[in-house]
Amino acid sequence: MAAPTKAMLLDWYRQMVLIREFEETCHRLYEEKRITGVYMHLYSGHEASGVGSMAALRPSDHVITAYRDHGIALILGMDPKAVMAEMMGKKTGSSGGKGGSMHLASREHNFWGGYAIVGGHLPLAAGIALEAKYNDKDDVTMTYVGDGATNNGYFHESLNMSAIWDLPVVWIIENNGYGMGTEVERASGQVELHRKAEAYGIKSFGCVDAQNAMKVYEVASQAVDYARQHGPAVIEHVTYRYRGHGVSDKQYDARDDMSEELKKWMQCREPIKILRDHILSAHDDVDEVLAGHESEAKALVKGAVEFAEASELPNSYQELMRNTYVPSDLVYKTESSIGAGID
Amino acid sequence: MAARNVAMREAIRRALREEMHRDENVFVMGEEVAYWQGTHRVTRGFLEEFGERRVRDTPISEMAIGGVAVGAAMAGLRPVAEFMTINFAFLALDAIANHAGKVRYFFDGMFKAPLVYRAASGWGNQATASHSHAPEPIFAHFPGLYVGCPSNSMDAYGMLKTAIRDDNPVLFTESIALYPKPGPMPDEGEELLIPIGKGDIKREGDHVTLVAYARGVDWALQAARQLSKDGIEAEVVDLRWLRPLDMQLVYASFKKTNRCVIVEESLPMYSFGSEIAALLQENMFDYMDAPIKRVAAEDVPLPYSKTIELLALPNAQKVVDAVKEIL
Ligand SMILES: Cc1ncc(C[n+]2csc(CCOP(=O)(O)OP(=O)(O)O)c2C)c(N)n1
Ligand SMILES: [Mg+2]
Repeated sequence: MAAPTKAMLLDWYRQMVLIREFEETCHRLYEEKRITGVYMHLYSGHEASGVGSMAALRPSDHVITAYRDHGIALILGMDPKAVMAEMMGKKTGSSGGKGGSMHLASREHNFWGGYAIVGGHLPLAAGIALEAKYNDKDDVTMTYVGDGATNNGYFHESLNMSAIWDLPVVWIIENNGYGMGTEVERASGQVELHRKAEAYGIKSFGCVDAQNAMKVYEVASQAVDYARQHGPAVIEHVTYRYRGHGVSDKQYDARDDMSEELKKWMQCREPIKILRDHILSAHDDVDEVLAGHESEAKALVKGAVEFAEASELPNSYQELMRNTYVPSDLVYKTESSIGAGID
Repeated sequence: MAARNVAMREAIRRALREEMHRDENVFVMGEEVAYWQGTHRVTRGFLEEFGERRVRDTPISEMAIGGVAVGAAMAGLRPVAEFMTINFAFLALDAIANHAGKVRYFFDGMFKAPLVYRAASGWGNQATASHSHAPEPIFAHFPGLYVGCPSNSMDAYGMLKTAIRDDNPVLFTESIALYPKPGPMPDEGEELLIPIGKGDIKREGDHVTLVAYARGVDWALQAARQLSKDGIEAEVVDLRWLRPLDMQLVYASFKKTNRCVIVEESLPMYSFGSEIAALLQENMFDYMDAPIKRVAAEDVPLPYSKTIELLALPNAQKVVDAVKEIL
């Protein structure tokens, strides 16, 4: 595995400042009630985890995650306009306003979506990888899962199945220290989460400082190569959430020791700063590019907000009902049929 | 009974607290119930008051929450297990339906499972499809389990206390939308036990019977007030329990009104409404002057977007419209 090139590093910086700008804007819009709802989980603080690991993928590979999905969507190249419009439930949103913050997806980018039931997406990941294996493709399914979710039955059943069928999944445990308000130590008997792989005979690539995009990339590249050739791999990313669990769960930020802890992470392990320092020490003539990415991120997000706010809301019965089912000639329907959906 | 404005979440909290003081074997377990004081603040202060032995945080392990409660109950404890929201109880459906509700039966009475599953239920606020269920009827499908769904503080208090004391497993749902709703409560020190399966008339009227539970009762009462302005007096029957069903109360009302609209928060197919309508036509055919109407959510997964979410949901106006169709 080659070290990341200057161009790669600069592009990671572009992605990370875009995510941060997008997430902090979402946070502000929610406070201003320009984004509504009860669930929105931000990726601020997690940027290097997604950016460094997805840099190890090629376009035909697959990605799936839980509800903390904005950053993943942006890294894959989804249009910030469509993502922001989804936050606002607009017709122009990536899921037409049906899914919202927790259900971003993009067919075009092989992004199979964000899912809201803890652990629910993990067997889906194994299924997507099964298709690749079944059809002799060597595409990998990169799967993000929270520390809290590793205590759920979905996790264990999915890992085990990926092991016995040698499915090309990279299971990335994003350990941000908490599942809602519960510390890893109070929720998991095995606190070295990557070691859960051992129980299923899966190769573990250990625990990575996921505030450092370079380290993340290095390990992810090895794991992706391994998964492509042999079968499932597990990596644990140690990271931190800057905006608490989610927008409607403010109490999780309120505790004093947690805000102290947060301060420490932001001061000492800020992923954007770590990347920036690395770029500045390793390469010359980058200031302008870095500044350019920063202003571009601001402009992109501003444009996304304008676009989203100017877009229409869905408001017809037709729009409500559409896509409950695939329209099908094989379904027998009369005037009196109920429960078949409408086309 | 002193009238005081107590939010339903506080009423539930008081019932739980009193039962924990009454019986040392009553304990609570669930996600975020202890250190974070409960996702919906129902167990606020419990950890401090009762300690870790009796107030137990669990991992995000619904299958185990559902099943551990069964084992502990069989062995002699009185678990009150909380599902953060009822959406997550689907992961535990097997433990709930196959074990909580069946151990007594398949060992022919050798064991019992005196437990309560509490779960916050309902939709709204753009919680999106997988977090927007009001699936009480699904759980009421299974014999062996009782299902209680209060519509106000007083009922929630009296029903939960009974549920905890009864030797049968009870699934107890709490409408998220009703948590902050204030209502009267018994004075401190005064107790109320509402029998399992006993419904309640929430408003009297001669022209039409509105049958509802939980949040549906609010819509029914709002609709009744609106109808009253046009001289139509609706009787509102709050069944309170989906299993057992207090059909006597419904029949008595129907004999008087000869018309019925069933109101529920859940989905329309194979629903509470379907059940009540079927029982009415089987048993009250001679009293029926009009088709029985049902008001429920639209037959669709709930969308995120506020505008179409509201289109999908029942409300008081839909109840009024349904009544006007059959009068
Ligand atoms: C099955 C299920 N149980 C509970 C919840 C409520 N819930 C949503 S996120 C969450 C915490 C998950 O923590 P973790 O897996 O560490 O992911 P993080 O939010 O930290 O990214 C919980 C308990 C849920 N959505 N689904
Ligand atoms: Mg976590």
